[in-house]
Amino acid sequence: METGTVFPQLPESQAKRAPEGDGGKGSVDGDTMSRSPFAGLVSYLRASWLSGKTRPMEYRVAQLEALGRFLDDNKQQILDATASDLGKAPFETELSEILLCKNELHETLNNLSRWMKDEKVDRTLAMQLDSAFIRKDPYGVVLIIAPWNYPIQLFLVPLIGAIAAGNCVIVKPSEVSKKTERLVAEALPSYLDKDCFAVVTGGVQETTRLLENKFDYIFFTGSPSVGRIVMTAAAKHLTPVTLELGGKNPCYVSDTCDVTNVARRVAWGRFFNAGQTCIAPDYLLCTLEMQEKLLPALQKAINDFYGPNPRESPDFGRIVSDKQFQRVQRLLSSGRVAIGGQTDEAERYIAPTVLVDVQPSDPIMQEEVFGPILPIVIIANVDEAIDFINSRERPLAVYAFSSDDKVVNQVLERTSSGGFCGNDTLMHVTLPSLPFGGIGNSGLGTHHGKFSFDTFSHPRGCLKRGMGRESLNAPRYPPYSQRKFGLIQATSKVTRRSDCTLL
Amino acid sequence: MEKMQQIVGRARAAFRSGRSRPLEFRIQQLKALQRMVQEKEKEILAAIKADLNKCGYNAYSHEILGVLGELALTMEKLPSWAAPQPVKKNLLTMRDEAYINYEPLGVVLVIGAWNYPFVLVMQPLIGAIAAGNAVVVKPSEVSENTARLVAELLPQYLDKDLYAVVTGGVPETTELLTQRFDHILYTGNSAVGKIVMAAAAKHLTPVTLELGGKSPCYIDKDCDLAVACRRITWGKYMNCGQTCIAPDYILCDPSIQSKVVENIKATLKEFYGEDVKSSPDYERIVNQRHFKRILGLLEGQKIALGGETDEASRFIAPTILTDVSPESKVMEEEIFGPVLPIVTVKSVEEAIEFINLREKPLALYVFSNNKQLIRRMIAETSSGGMTANDVIMHSVLPELPFGGVGHSGMGAYHGRHSFQTFSHHRACLVKDLRWDVVNRVRYPPGSEEIMQLAKLFLLKHCNRSRVGQFISALLAAVKALVAKVSLGLCCPCGCVLPALSPEPLLTLHHPIPLSSAPSLEDSSLFLCLSRCCAPIERGDGQPALGPTARSLQSYR
Repeated sequence: METGTVFPQLPESQAKRAPEGDGGKGSVDGDTMSRSPFAGLVSYLRASWLSGKTRPMEYRVAQLEALGRFLDDNKQQILDATASDLGKAPFETELSEILLCKNELHETLNNLSRWMKDEKVDRTLAMQLDSAFIRKDPYGVVLIIAPWNYPIQLFLVPLIGAIAAGNCVIVKPSEVSKKTERLVAEALPSYLDKDCFAVVTGGVQETTRLLENKFDYIFFTGSPSVGRIVMTAAAKHLTPVTLELGGKNPCYVSDTCDVTNVARRVAWGRFFNAGQTCIAPDYLLCTLEMQEKLLPALQKAINDFYGPNPRESPDFGRIVSDKQFQRVQRLLSSGRVAIGGQTDEAERYIAPTVLVDVQPSDPIMQEEVFGPILPIVIIANVDEAIDFINSRERPLAVYAFSSDDKVVNQVLERTSSGGFCGNDTLMHVTLPSLPFGGIGNSGLGTHHGKFSFDTFSHPRGCLKRGMGRESLNAPRYPPYSQRKFGLIQATSKVTRRSDCTLL
Repeated sequence: MEKMQQIVGRARAAFRSGRSRPLEFRIQQLKALQRMVQEKEKEILAAIKADLNKCGYNAYSHEILGVLGELALTMEKLPSWAAPQPVKKNLLTMRDEAYINYEPLGVVLVIGAWNYPFVLVMQPLIGAIAAGNAVVVKPSEVSENTARLVAELLPQYLDKDLYAVVTGGVPETTELLTQRFDHILYTGNSAVGKIVMAAAAKHLTPVTLELGGKSPCYIDKDCDLAVACRRITWGKYMNCGQTCIAPDYILCDPSIQSKVVENIKATLKEFYGEDVKSSPDYERIVNQRHFKRILGLLEGQKIALGGETDEASRFIAPTILTDVSPESKVMEEEIFGPVLPIVTVKSVEEAIEFINLREKPLALYVFSNNKQLIRRMIAETSSGGMTANDVIMHSVLPELPFGGVGHSGMGAYHGRHSFQTFSHHRACLVKDLRWDVVNRVRYPPGSEEIMQLAKLFLLKHCNRSRVGQFISALLAAVKALVAKVSLGLCCPCGCVLPALSPEPLLTLHHPIPLSSAPSLEDSSLFLCLSRCCAPIERGDGQPALGPTARSLQSYR
C-alpha cells in the first residue's frame, strides 16, 4: 500500500485500549516485555493455545462458521461502514469484502479435513516398514495487522487461514478506516471464542507496543516501510512473517489487441475502490499509437461505468482520508491530464483520471499511486517495456494485454512479480487456488485458500519407526570398519538407482 | 565493503543475464557439482578430518552421502518440480489458464555452520541452483579447512559469476549482510539468527533460519530399553554431540533412570571400546571456546558416567548426568557436546508440560511401544521435526521438510522443500481478450441482478450442491449451442467446439478417457468448451496446462 499511513492518528473508539504506559520509550527487549500493556493478553491467548483447545477440527469449523454468521448478520453494517470510510459502492463492497470472504470461507470449510490430514511421504528402502508424514501443526498465537483499503477482506481472509490452521489470533484492524474498525472491535468478539481470539485497536503507538510481544507468526498487510519495521520487530523473537506489501504494478498493452476490451478491463481494475487497491494496475506502458487509440476507449469505458459525471455515480468510491487525498491530489501535477482531473476536497473526491506525457522521473512514477489516476508512459516496443519493468522494484502484479499469446508469454517469462495476469486485471486474486503474495519489495509469503492454511501451519516432519529389526541399523553404528563402509557405499548406490526404478 | 558489493553485483548481473534459468543449465551445474564431490572426495574428507577429527567413515556417511543423495534426487525430480502447476478455476475464469509458475528468486545467500561443514553448505546450494538462482556461499570460518577447500573447488566446477564463495568471520559476514539478497538461508544459532533476520528486514529479504535448540528425548517405561539406548547413544555422541538435531536431554521415569545409564554405558563400550579416547570413531570438540563452555555445564552436576576431559586435544568423554534439576545451567542452553543430562518426570503429562514450557525444539524424540502415547506426544507438543523410536532419522528422508519452528528456526529445506524454498510461487492467470460479455457482471454500474450473477460465477467452484452444478452445466450447454449455431464446427469426437478456437481443429480431440467420475468438469461438453484455454487432460482431476504454460515448459 502507500507509505506512512498504516498507523497514523489514534481513533476515538477503541475496544481493548492500551492503558497509558511509559509512552513507548522503553526498549523493545525481551526483558521489558512484561511491561508491555499487551503482554497479559498475549500470554492469556498462549495459555489457551497450549491447552490444545484450538486443535480439534470441530472447534475450528465452529469458529469458521461463526465468522460466516458474522458476515451474514452484519452485512448491512459492513456496507454502511465501508460506505462511510471509503464511499464504497454497495456492489464493490459485496463483491470484494463479503463475497470473496465467503468464497474463502467455503473453500476452507469444504477442504479443511483434507488439508489437516497428515501428508504421507515416500520412504527410502530401509524405512519401508516405518511411517513418515508431514504433520500440519498450528504455530500458536498469530498477529494479523490489516490495512484500511479493504478493511474487512484483508483481516478476514488471513483470519480464516489462521483459525483453520488451529491458531489463536489477535487481529489489529486499521485505525484509518474508523467506522469499520469500530464495527469489527464491537461485533466480531461476540462471535468468536474470547479465550482464543481478540481484537486490538489503536494507532502507531499501540501497534509498536503490540509488536514488542512474542508472537508465533505475524501476518502484515501494508506498506514496505512499515513492513521493514514489522520484520525487524519479529526478528527479535525469531517470529516468521508474511508481508503483503504494495508496489507499482505495470500494465503493458501491446499494439495488437482489442482496444475496447483492454480499456474496460484496465479502467475497471484501476478505478475499483477509487484506485485504492494494492494489485490495481498502477501505470500503463504502451506505444504512442496505442495511446491514441486507448484514450477514447478509456473515456468511453469510464463513461459507461460511472456516467458523464462520476461524482454522482453511486458506483465510484472516495479517498479514505484527507491526508491521502492531499497526497493523491499532488500526483495530478505529473504529465498532462487527458481524462478527468476534477477534485473536491470536501468529499475527498478525485475523478477517474488518465495522465499522458508522463516521464519516468515524474513524482507519480516514484510512489504507488493508490488513487484513481492512471498515468501512461510511452515506450517503443515490448523489449523496452520489459526493461522498464525490470529496472524497478519487483511489483505485486504484472499485467500484459495482447491478442498474441507470444507477447503475453514474453512479458511473463522475462519479468518477476508477485502474481501475473494476462489480458485482464485483478482477476488472479479471485481464485483461492492461486497463491497471493509479493516478491522483493512487494512482500514475502503467500495466502488465500490452502496457501493461507499452509502459511499458518508449521510443516512438521515426522517419522515413526518400529523398535525391532535392530540388526538393520548395524551399519550405521560404530565401531566402523572397512566392511561397513563398503556396505554403506553399496546401499547408497542401490538407493540412488532405485529412485527411478522402484518409485 | 567494495569487495562484497562486487561479488554480489557480479552474481546479480549473471542472474539478470538469464542463463541460470533453463533447466538444462541447472542440471548441468548440478552434474558438475556431483563430479566435484566424486573427484575430490579425498580432499574433502581430509579437510573435514582436519577440522573436526572426523574419521573417513563418519565424514563419508554424514557429509558426502547426503550430498550425493540430494544431487541424484534433485537431478531426477527437477523437471517435475519445476513444471508449472495448473490450479482449479471458477466459472468466471473457466476459459482461462491458471497455474503456479516456479520462478527463481534472484541472488541467494547461504551461510553454513561448522559442525557439518560440507553438507550444511552444499545441501542448500543444491536447492538454490536447482531453483535457478545465483548463489553466494559463506562457509563457516570455524571449520577453516573445509571453508578454504569449498572456496577453492566450487569455481573450478561451477559458473564462476553465478556461484561465488566468500570466506571470513564476523566482519565479513556483517559486511555481506548489508548487501541486498533475494533469500538468505542461515544455519547456526538463535542469537545470530536474530541478527541475520534483522539485517534481512532492511531489504525485505525472506529468510530460512536453521537454528538449534534443546531437543528432548522422552523414554517411556514401556519400551525396549536396550534398543532405545543404542539408538540414543548413536545420535547423541555422533560428531561428539555437535549435531543440531542430537537428543539434547532425556526425560524418563525415575524408576528407569539407572537402567538407561547402564544401557548407554554398555552401548558405549560396544561402539568405542574400553578407551574412548583412543577410538578412531570418536570426534573432538571443535575449539577451545566450546570446550570450556561445555566444561562449565558439568559444574555441580552428578556425573553418572564419563566426565573425563583433555584440554590439549579438546577431548570430552561421553558423559551422562543424572537427577538434573530443570533450573540448572545445562538445561538452559543447547549443550552441543557429548553430555547427556537425564531429567526425571513422573508421567507423560509431566513430560509434555516440561517440553511445552520451554522454547520449541528443532527435534523431538519419543521411545515407546505404546502407539497411543506416541500419537499423543506428537499431537500435544510442537517441534521442528520428530522421530519416534529412533533419533536423527527424520532428517535423512528428503521427502520430509527439515526445519525448525519458533526458537529453533523458520522455513524448511531438503529435497523438494529446498526447491520450493528457493522458488517464488508466482500466481499466473492468462485470460482471453475476447468474451467480454462474461465480464459484464463485474463492471459498474452495479445492480442486484448482476450481483446475483457475480455470486454464481465466483462461488460456483466451492459450491458443491447439485443445483450449482446443474446451473453451470446448463450455462455451458447454452454456450455450446451458441457456438455450434454460429460456426457449426465439430470436434472429431462428435462434441461441440467453441467458436474462434485458436488451436487447430485436430488438436481439439480430447486426449483423456472420460471414464472418471462424471462430474461437471469431466463432461465432454465442458471439455470442448474450455478447450482453447485449459482442458482437463490428466485422469487425476487436475486441470492440464494450456498453451502459455506449455510453452513455458518447453522454454525451460
